[in-house]
Amino acid sequence: MTEDLVVHEPYAGLEQQREADYLGMYVFLGSEIMLFGGLFAALFTVRLLHPQAPIEAAEHFKLWLGAANTAVLLTSSLFVALATLVVRDGRRRTASVLLALAVVCGVAFLCIKGVEYRLEYLEGLMPGVGPKISPVRSEPAGLIVDLYFIATFLHAIHLSIGVGLLATLAILLLKRDGAAPPRPITVVMAGLYWHLVDIVWIFLFPVLYLPRP
Amino acid sequence: MAREIRLYVLVWVALMALLTATVALTFAPIGPFKTASNLGIAAIKAALVFWVYMHLSRRPGLERIAAVAAIAWLGILLTLTGTDIVSRGWFQG
Repeated sequence: MTEDLVVHEPYAGLEQQREADYLGMYVFLGSEIMLFGGLFAALFTVRLLHPQAPIEAAEHFKLWLGAANTAVLLTSSLFVALATLVVRDGRRRTASVLLALAVVCGVAFLCIKGVEYRLEYLEGLMPGVGPKISPVRSEPAGLIVDLYFIATFLHAIHLSIGVGLLATLAILLLKRDGAAPPRPITVVMAGLYWHLVDIVWIFLFPVLYLPRP
Repeated sequence: MAREIRLYVLVWVALMALLTATVALTFAPIGPFKTASNLGIAAIKAALVFWVYMHLSRRPGLERIAAVAAIAWLGILLTLTGTDIVSRGWFQG
């Protein structure tokens, strides 16, 4: 292991420092879980009051594009997990390539999502823009469609931040001009964030796309 | 190292298999069990990512609790929301 072995203030030892790194990140990710949790609670409420609404809304969502996007994100998570593994062995170039692959997956996800949004815009599903006549028949289903746009867009913002984060790390890992490369723990922490964004999608996909009679 | 790489790839294979299963079950005639199977499979996938990719399997107990505390709070939020709606007689099935 060629990990960074410097103990910073105010920690008594490496192990304690490492625990603080993870603890801080897990708590931050907890706040992200609560942020998306509110949206899931809203979806749950509409589902309880109007059991047919998610089924009607799901008819308008593109199941196969959503499924493809899930596969893309799961694959990106594998690349990130492998990157955090090899970076701790000091193999910065391999880690950089793996992070770049994850970035490609992330951009592919955003492109597919963009295609979905465009199709939905053309069909008049987007609130406030596009064709005036919405194909959504009932009001509760319209609520689910609105929540779909809020939740998936909030997720896309998080994913864009993740793409920026991983791309920056991938570039910095290759730097050779004497500047200190990112420490392995930085890559691990960015990886934790990426995985959580993946987990949010793991729940958004079945809740929004999969309801069927 | 090689063992860990194998584990990570195996987890990815499991995740893709679960994705295939959850999409396939959507078309199966299992009626009311669909929601349960969809959410159950999502929970298994999330648990795999948390446990392996997010290193919880290698972290001490306190950190594990911190990582899943938000999920427990979310459980309280969803449970109380659900009981509220059901006990008011708004629930339609």
